[in-house]
Amino acid sequence: MSAVHELAPRAGGFAHQRIAAAVMIAFFALAPLVAYPVFLMKVMCFALFACAFNLLIGYGGLLSFGHAMFLGTAGYASAHAAKAWGFPPEFAILFGTACSALLGFVTGLLAIRRQGIYFAMITLALAQMVYFFYLQAPFTGGEDGIQAVPRGKVFGLLDLNNVWGMYMLVFAVFVGGFLLIHRAVHSPFGQVLKAIRENEARALSLGYDVNRYKLLAYVLSATLAGLAGATKVLVFELASLTDVHWTMSGEVVLMVLLGGLGTVFGPVVGALIIISMENYLAQIGSWVTVVQGVIFVICVLTFRRGVIGELGRLIGKPL
Amino acid sequence: MEIFGIPTQALFGQLLIGLINGSFYALLSLGLAVIFGLLNIINFTHGAQYMMGAFCAYFLLTKLGIGYWWALAVTPLAVGIIGMVIERLMLARLYKLDHLYGLLLTFGLALIIQGLFRNEYGTSGIPYALPQELAGGHNLGFMFLPNYRAWVILASIVVCLATWFMIEKTRLGAYLRAATENPQLVQAFGINVPRMITLTYGFGVALAAFAGVMAAPIYQVNPLMGADLIIVVFAVVVIGGMGSIMGSIVTGFALGLIEGLTKVFYPEASNTVIFIIMAIVLMIKPAGLFGTQR
Repeated sequence: MSAVHELAPRAGGFAHQRIAAAVMIAFFALAPLVAYPVFLMKVMCFALFACAFNLLIGYGGLLSFGHAMFLGTAGYASAHAAKAWGFPPEFAILFGTACSALLGFVTGLLAIRRQGIYFAMITLALAQMVYFFYLQAPFTGGEDGIQAVPRGKVFGLLDLNNVWGMYMLVFAVFVGGFLLIHRAVHSPFGQVLKAIRENEARALSLGYDVNRYKLLAYVLSATLAGLAGATKVLVFELASLTDVHWTMSGEVVLMVLLGGLGTVFGPVVGALIIISMENYLAQIGSWVTVVQGVIFVICVLTFRRGVIGELGRLIGKPL
Repeated sequence: MEIFGIPTQALFGQLLIGLINGSFYALLSLGLAVIFGLLNIINFTHGAQYMMGAFCAYFLLTKLGIGYWWALAVTPLAVGIIGMVIERLMLARLYKLDHLYGLLLTFGLALIIQGLFRNEYGTSGIPYALPQELAGGHNLGFMFLPNYRAWVILASIVVCLATWFMIEKTRLGAYLRAATENPQLVQAFGINVPRMITLTYGFGVALAAFAGVMAAPIYQVNPLMGADLIIVVFAVVVIGGMGSIMGSIVTGFALGLIEGLTKVFYPEASNTVIFIIMAIVLMIKPAGLFGTQR
């Protein structure tokens, strides 16, 4: 996507990006003093989800319209592990994330066979198949979902039933995931990924196994989306069909588009805006869909760089 | 009478439902293919426009007392014109950008349209009466064939073939195919390509609206009737490949039939069979059955 190319961060850390990262981490460390912690945990889960999605579109040039399948799969898997098998939370999250990674590997093998619009349609269709599977599978509880998922204690020490314990876990998962993506993007792997996005034929002619790199990026994105989904389930103690529905796939696209496609901090800001909107505009109820649609249209027509993209352009540095 | 342990009544009944679904898959994927050919965008609003077709027929009947047959003619025109306005005001600004932006824009439009209708009419369907001329049915001996369903299959085959004929065999279609290959050159020959693009989008949308009117008496009029359907149609498009008009028609009907058969023999998979076929086709022939990789 043309707007992405101009703004994609170059190799090596920039001082201003470090400052921005420090500001973001400080924000999530201090915000619970003034804001509702469950709301902030939701924001962090979705921010990680959006960052994982952005890894694929921003650095790989692949628009997935089915990322909800990873969020939801990890959610169901970890909820089932924690509730039915009595897994402690750290293993439940690990198990859920591993399930999403596996699903990412299988669907990735199929989806990377086509590009552009086809890739979007294929991921959407695969996600719909996964949705129907969970709708019918007995262990997911259908429309009710898996309720009252036990939170337990991380490593037997950190009690997640205490809201601050839960907050610390979500905070650690979010910051860890964010830094991992940052690391991946600035590694030789990330450089090859960008080269493929810019000119696939040329990267191929230089001897890079293009499909392997794409698949690796896809699996990494799926895994981190799964990590977000598994953590989210523990926060809300609920795994439901909402998380696998196509509207969720659309929502993450919206977050990243609004925040800024291919920017480092855009997905986090996008998630913060969209989740705030849903929370504070809860009284408008069903109008949320319409508002989301309007934001989509406005972003595509006049605001393609997104909030962070525009901000980066103002200060002349990619954020 | 039984075939493979399945009563023939049930078997042919499901096959009929499959053919009906196939008619809608064919009409909708045909519209998507026509739009994609010239505009290079995937029209995510297609499902919403199909729904608008059904609602338009309902409005015509309840507000103006205009019946099914006139609705069948007026609705594609009305929804098509709305489509052309959308193309002129919004889509036309995106042609120089990455095609994915067209997908995102039409997705946003679908959310708006479906959201507005849902706020107004809820999610329970509104019944639309069968046209009197097509009430009743015939007993074919092995099954009972309702007249309206026979009409839907027949009408969609005729419309699909007419579209195919227009694009592949007429002068207008030749211009269209030429503009798909090389719009600059066609423009240089003095053909107004932007107007052709607008009309093509309008035509694709009109096909969706036509399908919507035909669906109204069968599935009821529901704000979300196109939301899930469009995802299945996307899978149909991936299976067929968008290279050929006839390909999307054949794929649409065939997948409807396969889905119907699955309902008889393994009902648990009937929701997912089309997606599974898509996965298999992607493994064997990634460009789609009738497609060419480009």
